[in-house]
Amino acid sequence: MITIKNLHAKVEGKEILKGVNLQVNAGEIHAIMGPNGSGKSTLANVLAGHEGYEVTAGEVIFEGKDLIDMPPEDRAREGLFLAFQYPVEIPGITNTVFLQTAINEIRKYRGLPELGAKEFLDLMREKSKILNIDSSLISRSVNVGFSGGEKKKNEIFQLLMIDPKLAILDETDSGLDIDALKIVAKGINVFHNDKNAVIVVTHYQRLLDYIVPDFVHVLYDGKIIKSGDKNLALQLEKEGYDQLIKEAAEIEA
Amino acid sequence: MAEEYKSDDMKVVEDLTSSEYKWGFVTDIEEIKFPKGLNEDIIKKLSEVKNEPGWMTEWRLKAYRHWLKMEEPKWPKVKYDEVDFQDIIYYSAPKKKPQYESLDEVDPQLLETFEKLGIPLEEQKLLAGVAVDAVFDSVSVATTFKETLAEKGIIFCSMSEAIQNHPDLVKKYLGSVVPYTDNFYAALNSAVFSDGSFVYIPKGVRCPMELSTYFRINAMNTGQFERTLIVADEGSYVSYLEGCTAPMRDENQLHAAVVELIALDNAEIKYSTVQNWYPGDKEGKGGIYNFVTKRGLCKTNAKISWTQVETGSAVTWKYPSCILQGDNSIGEFYSVAVTNNFQQADTGTKMIHIGKNTRSTIVSKGISAGRSDNSYRGLVKISKNAENARNFSQCDSMLLSDTCGAHTFPYIEVENKSAVVEHEATTSKVNEEQIFYLNQRGISTEDAVNMIVNGFCKEVFKELPMEFAVEAQKLLAISLEGSVG
Amino acid sequence: MANSNKPNIKDKYIKDFELFESKLNGQSKSYLHSLRKTAIEKFKSAEFPTLKDEEWRYTNVKPILQSEFIPAANAGEITPSAGEAEKHLYTGFDYYKLVFVNGIFQPALSDIDGITGNAIVSNLGSLKEPELQKLKTHMESIGDSDNAFNILNKAFSVDGAVIFLPDNFILDKPVQILYLTGNEKSEILSSPRNLIVAGKNSQAKIIINYQPLFDVKYFTNVVTDVFTDENAIIDFYKIQNESEKAFHIDKIDITQKGKSVVSNFSLSFGGALVRNDINVLLDDEYIENHLYGLYLATGTQHVDNHTFIDHAKPNCESNELYKGILDEKARGIFSGKILVRKDAQKTNAFQSNKSVLLSDSATVDAKPQLEIYADDVKCSHGATVGQLDMTAYFYILSRGIPADLAKSMLIRAFANDVIEPIKIAALKEQLNHQILQHLHSKDF
Repeated sequence: MITIKNLHAKVEGKEILKGVNLQVNAGEIHAIMGPNGSGKSTLANVLAGHEGYEVTAGEVIFEGKDLIDMPPEDRAREGLFLAFQYPVEIPGITNTVFLQTAINEIRKYRGLPELGAKEFLDLMREKSKILNIDSSLISRSVNVGFSGGEKKKNEIFQLLMIDPKLAILDETDSGLDIDALKIVAKGINVFHNDKNAVIVVTHYQRLLDYIVPDFVHVLYDGKIIKSGDKNLALQLEKEGYDQLIKEAAEIEA
Repeated sequence: MAEEYKSDDMKVVEDLTSSEYKWGFVTDIEEIKFPKGLNEDIIKKLSEVKNEPGWMTEWRLKAYRHWLKMEEPKWPKVKYDEVDFQDIIYYSAPKKKPQYESLDEVDPQLLETFEKLGIPLEEQKLLAGVAVDAVFDSVSVATTFKETLAEKGIIFCSMSEAIQNHPDLVKKYLGSVVPYTDNFYAALNSAVFSDGSFVYIPKGVRCPMELSTYFRINAMNTGQFERTLIVADEGSYVSYLEGCTAPMRDENQLHAAVVELIALDNAEIKYSTVQNWYPGDKEGKGGIYNFVTKRGLCKTNAKISWTQVETGSAVTWKYPSCILQGDNSIGEFYSVAVTNNFQQADTGTKMIHIGKNTRSTIVSKGISAGRSDNSYRGLVKISKNAENARNFSQCDSMLLSDTCGAHTFPYIEVENKSAVVEHEATTSKVNEEQIFYLNQRGISTEDAVNMIVNGFCKEVFKELPMEFAVEAQKLLAISLEGSVG
Repeated sequence: MANSNKPNIKDKYIKDFELFESKLNGQSKSYLHSLRKTAIEKFKSAEFPTLKDEEWRYTNVKPILQSEFIPAANAGEITPSAGEAEKHLYTGFDYYKLVFVNGIFQPALSDIDGITGNAIVSNLGSLKEPELQKLKTHMESIGDSDNAFNILNKAFSVDGAVIFLPDNFILDKPVQILYLTGNEKSEILSSPRNLIVAGKNSQAKIIINYQPLFDVKYFTNVVTDVFTDENAIIDFYKIQNESEKAFHIDKIDITQKGKSVVSNFSLSFGGALVRNDINVLLDDEYIENHLYGLYLATGTQHVDNHTFIDHAKPNCESNELYKGILDEKARGIFSGKILVRKDAQKTNAFQSNKSVLLSDSATVDAKPQLEIYADDVKCSHGATVGQLDMTAYFYILSRGIPADLAKSMLIRAFANDVIEPIKIAALKEQLNHQILQHLHSKDF
């Protein structure tokens, strides 16, 4: 689904990603973990095409297409979805209008007919049930006046509505209490099937109790220093990153 | 969305009436054209041609004599070539003959805009000056509307007709809120106004329809010096909409209108404007100068609400105001002003609190793009005896380019200690994080900006009658086309 | 548009200048006098502001123009005792002291012992040629912001405080500049011309304290220029305590260079008619500017505050907070303009003006303005007019505190945002006390 080769990227002139390699196939869930400042969020934003991040080397192939020079809206229309770490507030625009516009733009791009009002509302009703989202939330402006937990839930709601091929979840678990975390995880599990893929970017292992990853990667100083299965996450939870970082440094040397 | 609650049949009816009313407004003078320039003889002749009574002629002359002593205001933050008042033709008979035989002859760019705005075909023809089917120009439907209004005793006619048929009302209220001494352009308008609308709502009557439906087309030929007078008698209500979302081209560069509203005890007037006069081309050539005086007077418990969406004109100079004379009266001003390319707008409001327990609300949203300049200028005055007056003002500006300007000039004058006045203003650019978020959901930058701008203006749009709110949104998108990214 | 003030007041001041010049002897060829001569020439074609001038629409200067003030240089000198001067100083902390009477420096009453190095803490009238050379570039101009009053100051400016800080110089104590004004025999025009030049990395705290020598009518007409070079940090406290019969017109021009920080306090207590203009030019990047203002007015006092912040370069921040408390028949005005020029991207500019009216006859006018030509900026202003917090008032009363004390407490609380940032603790305390004392109306 997505192949990342030797990806280097800069933020405000400073190199953050220093050669990331990653292969994600349909049906897989990948977790990317790492200490603060290791480049996890940078990777997520670079893949989504944030213009504040400058790709200096490497390539990203998504469903056979080179992403690097593609504007962010086209990446989204190709099927890449980023659940933001800090979802943005848009005053005056309701969730309904926002999602209807987004979905129909994506459908237009793919040559599909636009969703009619009824089909769209039915879809909203169905998806909001999965997440126990209150219908009043849907008629409010996008993320305006939402609590942190509501914002994160809203990201997952958008994920279910848009139904992309690849979902990148940037610290979606941060700031969620255990009940909210379970609902969010449920949403992600409902979304996931053998035709799509998920990249979970997280600092903690906790989310991975509910979303079982096929692969776990440790990102440190802009590189993936270790990959493994879900047990790697458990090991990290117990031992912390220090040991791993030391080992990686030894190999480097 | 407008279509959802308004059946197509309704629309046809409206179109029919509008078209009828347009012709109804036209007086019987044909092909009269005055020489250029302005003097007492011209005014006398103008009054004579319109068959006006002596008191009207006298009033015009007084206004003219006063105007001669006045100077053009220089304080608005706008620059424009000086107007040569002797180079203007102050009267020409309204054009009766259509310009074109079919839509094929009309400027395709104009038609494209009509299309984007979703204006019905027959209406497009009228707006573009194309000959309309004879059936369309029928009398019967209009009569039904006239009858509905007449049953309730509502008077809605052209100012010329009102001077002929309702001289007492006109005499009593014309110039009572905006005297001819008020300012340079109000004086000029008083001397030479060509036509306009007159509305009288009798005591306790709630006008059963938006008076907008007529006006949409009527606005076409009211000329450059328009005069509107609306009187809502005790306990009555009226909602009035002027202007049109369709781009209005006009050979007259200067437009100096005067609008006076009188809301007597317990009455309410809602006045909405969509202004889309020709703004000039991308290089700033041409375009209308729109210098307007609008003011309303509120008696006890009365309410006047101004809502405006200003996207047109090369230069706009306009401050719809409320004099809150009666106790417990309420004034509101909701405005969206968009400037692009080389447009200049200096607009805002005055809220003059005189009565006790008076309230006013100001919500102004300015959007500047291109090389334009957009200023909010407003006055909130709490007079000495205005106990417990309250005002809240919110003035936000959004900048879409680094070559435009956004300015806020509020004046606050308080002479009573029980007043609470709050003014807030912010200026910011369109937030890049918001655009990225929308991009990431598959929405293009152009659409993202439109969404953000519409969200920014929502508080004002919700004050507009529904169908115009929808059109106003589309209008905003068209006005800002190509201004970002 | 000739002003028909009987007899033409401009002619009077021009004649006064001729008289002043005739008594100068040798000094008439001096550099300082050449500046004054340029100013009087300019004054001849200048017009005093009227209500028709947008920037003066709320302040009528007729009372000033109808009086015939005698320029201090033409009037007899008076020298108060050290004890008399002492009464007017803020105390309880160490400071250098510059004392002026009717705008003329009093060496005997001043104390600048301990100023070291190349720093200058002195007065305009006694500057020597090499010192003048250092300061010349900051002294010559009559700028666009000069109105007829400012030009009049420059024509009659024989003296004023001068502070020059060389690069890296940190002044160890604050400087307190005391202006004592008034003469029992004649109505005096005092024309202080202050100049503060702070070199790179220099720091100083400066207090300028305007006080009456006699409780009579006089006119203080001040111009103060402040220049801060890169990384300089200047705290400037202007405290206006003039006689309630006096007129006070003051213009402060502040020009800042990169990364410098200026905190300017403008505190107005006295005066019959007061006008404070503060113009700030942020002429480089990463500058910080803070303007704090407090105006307490009662009786028939008229206090007009004008501020103008010119964001000329990117990445600067300005913060402005002005608060007014108006009692009896007083009138308070705040007009603040923020200009963000085209190149000044990433500007943060915030302005807030709050005032309370304590009496039925007090009035307040506010005109906060934003004029913005750059798009990547965050600017806001807010203005509110209201009364003291009545809920808090009843809360205090309910704890057994008498009404007038409760009211004073609330006034102090209201003024607190402006007073709190003052860095000299003893000064802060005395100002707080002064605020409590200043207003004494019973009804509100």
